[in-house]
Amino acid sequence: MIAKTSAEVGGMGHSLKRKEDLRFIRGKGNYVDDVNLPNMVYGHLVRSPYAHARLKSINIEKAKALPGVLAVITGEDLAKANLAWMPTLFFDKQMVLATGKVLFQSQEVAFVVAEDRYTAADAAELVDVEYEELPVLVDPHKSLDPSSPILRDDREQKSNHIFHWEVGDKQATDKAFQGADVKARVDAVFQRCHPAPLETCGCVADHNPATGRLTIYLTSQAPHAHRTLFALVGGIPENNIRVISPDIGGGFGNKVPIYPGYVCAVVASLTLGRPVKWIESRSENLQSTGFARDYHMTAELAASKDGKIQALRVKTLADHGAFNAAAQPTKFPAGLFSVCTGAYDYPSAFCEVDGVYTNKAPGGIAYRCSFRVTEAAYLIERAVDVLAQELKIDPADLRRKNFIAPSKFPYKSALGWTYDSGNYEPAMKLALDKVGYAELRKEQEEKRQKGELMGIGISSFVEIVGAGPSHTFDIAGIKMFDSCEIRIHPTGKGICRMGTKSQGQGHETTYAQIVAQELGIPAADITVEEGDTDTAPYGLGTYASRSTPVSGAATAMAARKIREKAKKIAAHLLECSEADLEWEPGKFFVKGTPSKTKTIQEIAFAAYTNHPQGMEAGLEAVDYYDPPNLTFPFGTYVCVVDIDKGTGEVKVRRFVAVDDCGNIINPMIVDGQVHGGLTEGLGIAFMQLIDYDENGNVQGGSFMDYLLPTAVETPHWETDKTCTPSPHHPFGAKGVGESPNVGSPAAFVNAVVDALSHLGVKHIDMPITPWKVWTILKEKGVVS
Amino acid sequence: MAKKQLVHIKVNGRDREAMVEPRLLLVHFIREVLELTGTHVGCDTTHCGACTVVLDGKTVKSCTLFAVQADGSELLTVEGLMKDGKLHPLQEGFKEEHGLQCGFCTPGMLMSSYALLQKNNKPNEEDIRWGISGNLCRCTGYQNIVKAVQYAAGKMAQGGTR
Repeated sequence: MIAKTSAEVGGMGHSLKRKEDLRFIRGKGNYVDDVNLPNMVYGHLVRSPYAHARLKSINIEKAKALPGVLAVITGEDLAKANLAWMPTLFFDKQMVLATGKVLFQSQEVAFVVAEDRYTAADAAELVDVEYEELPVLVDPHKSLDPSSPILRDDREQKSNHIFHWEVGDKQATDKAFQGADVKARVDAVFQRCHPAPLETCGCVADHNPATGRLTIYLTSQAPHAHRTLFALVGGIPENNIRVISPDIGGGFGNKVPIYPGYVCAVVASLTLGRPVKWIESRSENLQSTGFARDYHMTAELAASKDGKIQALRVKTLADHGAFNAAAQPTKFPAGLFSVCTGAYDYPSAFCEVDGVYTNKAPGGIAYRCSFRVTEAAYLIERAVDVLAQELKIDPADLRRKNFIAPSKFPYKSALGWTYDSGNYEPAMKLALDKVGYAELRKEQEEKRQKGELMGIGISSFVEIVGAGPSHTFDIAGIKMFDSCEIRIHPTGKGICRMGTKSQGQGHETTYAQIVAQELGIPAADITVEEGDTDTAPYGLGTYASRSTPVSGAATAMAARKIREKAKKIAAHLLECSEADLEWEPGKFFVKGTPSKTKTIQEIAFAAYTNHPQGMEAGLEAVDYYDPPNLTFPFGTYVCVVDIDKGTGEVKVRRFVAVDDCGNIINPMIVDGQVHGGLTEGLGIAFMQLIDYDENGNVQGGSFMDYLLPTAVETPHWETDKTCTPSPHHPFGAKGVGESPNVGSPAAFVNAVVDALSHLGVKHIDMPITPWKVWTILKEKGVVS
Repeated sequence: MAKKQLVHIKVNGRDREAMVEPRLLLVHFIREVLELTGTHVGCDTTHCGACTVVLDGKTVKSCTLFAVQADGSELLTVEGLMKDGKLHPLQEGFKEEHGLQCGFCTPGMLMSSYALLQKNNKPNEEDIRWGISGNLCRCTGYQNIVKAVQYAAGKMAQGGTR
């Protein structure tokens, strides 16, 4: 249990109102597009209308002649500086501006710079590019066909195959399947979708020729890593690069990679000696920046007659588009997908993934997801439901029968992860009780008699977050520790700087609460600053729900270092030995003599005015935290749907989400995260799809046809918690941002399939549109 | 470039004018000419509502209007919501009820909610959900925005402010 501080201090467990809100509600946020510098000019990208074509010629003369145009940069220009290609975050490279040919629709072909936005866009229209169309490869299942075109002629390997990755014991798994009473199989596509944060990506690159310094205002979830990559790729000394990630309008993984537009803006600023702003449009964002998922998966479960799962076998085809621009730890080509064994205890599993190229936008990034855990959770939770259907067992009973027992933690999964802690049954019980599961089943039975369609879907997911231990986890070689630096000022107020970067998660409030918890200094007195690489300690940034597990831990550890020093100062002030002192949040006092007290504020003042001889002045500490393990949040979500037979429309009647993310810093913020993640899960389950036609034309390339939930489709979410602290985290937290997005798609789909299961429906791929449902109803003869 | 035209708009109670290209979007006029950057751009198809402002009492998506079309109008943006140094009840509600996360949709949400409360000072949950259905939020799942608007409606009923 975490000791509760007073409301005034506002440590962990208090629903403190957010500090960052005061600027946002006044319209005084400072997002990248709000950055306006003297002499600033604007960049605009020319993009390919074709998915696969040879570049025959680029004529920039007309564009250059337009008044106000300052530069037109092509791939050939970049090639001279060896910048036509850049490395991706995953052992591949991608074109910054096309040379030779283009590989996906909307690929970057030229960069126009002009005095203002409108002129830049006009000039982009005047760039005359001649293309020769090439055969297009859209279907990943055809990527390895000998008849398919080889897309990447730049590679040594003349094939569209990127990687094969496997994990687990194939022999033992195959053997378990041979002897199994029951086998269940599901072929599920987790469709290509896009995170679509409300703010698109962009930057202002400002190279100052007088100082040699390059400042980049960037929509970045990982400003420090981006600084290093700019230094490594661009050859600019790292001390001459300052990345500032100002307010970020949502990220969800979209703002982890480096995009061609950023590189072009930097090159243009270096060339012109003026600040260059490049902000992509929404259509550009959807059509060219990191997509997510596109996993074509098969899962098979082997089980005994009475429903004990014995083995899992998974085979997956991963469509990475034209370049493998996955943003994930380098040892894991399929991310943490091997957490697909889920919340269940069985000895054998085998999982294999093959990545292939197609003529689509490059990716895939982790969309509100810890590197493919969303695909994994969806797959196992779908497979368990299919097995329940096969066995004619209630899906809740089947889950209960197979949950990893609480006594088995830390639990080593069949695919090699060590789950830190878990207690799955109580979370499911709470969710089922809250929703009134037994009554709902009765209601469903009655409705079926009357020909009405309702369904109940359960998802008992396990997350894997907080990457990660440095022995296993790195991004582009940089280990995945994270950091916090705390400085306590003489008057007892302080500043806390982090290696992470909030994109809406409320870090300015929650990190202050951790300091408040550890030092007893009111959260209101702690300023939290992130995103400026000149001032913040190095860290890998915010994604994969890693801020609380890693930087949050660093904050607690840094605060504890300060407390240690404070203790020495208190002993000096109270003229006693350190061993005689006791701590309670906010003060040290002499054991047995509570009147002899020094508050943390008094100690802070003394640290600068009256510190002991031989001790360094000041009260500050920095901590680089290397987590010993990942954390494994979990929960059970229950979704209740009604289906309109006439239209095929699915209405989410109720949704109960029970999360267990260990100890909680700010319950209000946790609930907000859950609401938001569930809404994204709703969008994925029912609306969001980046599709392509046979010519590689993107079909979800704007908000006209890439649908997101509005307030009207979004149901009222019901949330609750159980609490199983992480045993290895300094304050027992696990992280929560992604759980609702990871756990919910299966709950939605399971509910719809459950509504139709008596008709023999076993699976429906997302997004489950009314048309899809209506078509099934028609096939099954439910509607004519 | 077409000939520039004079545009005169009363913005947040202040008369503002500028010579602009006829094709200049109202949102760019607000953000770049007036330097009121609270109004945001989140899409290019009039769907997201981040650019919502109140023009002559009605919400408009300022990305879908030319500045010249607003000539002679009265415009309210998020920067004009505070009065006498005090937050508008809606601003207060968004903070109190955790109605925002990244903050990017917030100005548009505030303006749509403002216009809703002008028309309907006792909205129920469904009214509010429809009232903000032209504004996308990717962070909050809307639930706390609904609560924020209810908070403001309650506060305005008590205090009678605006």
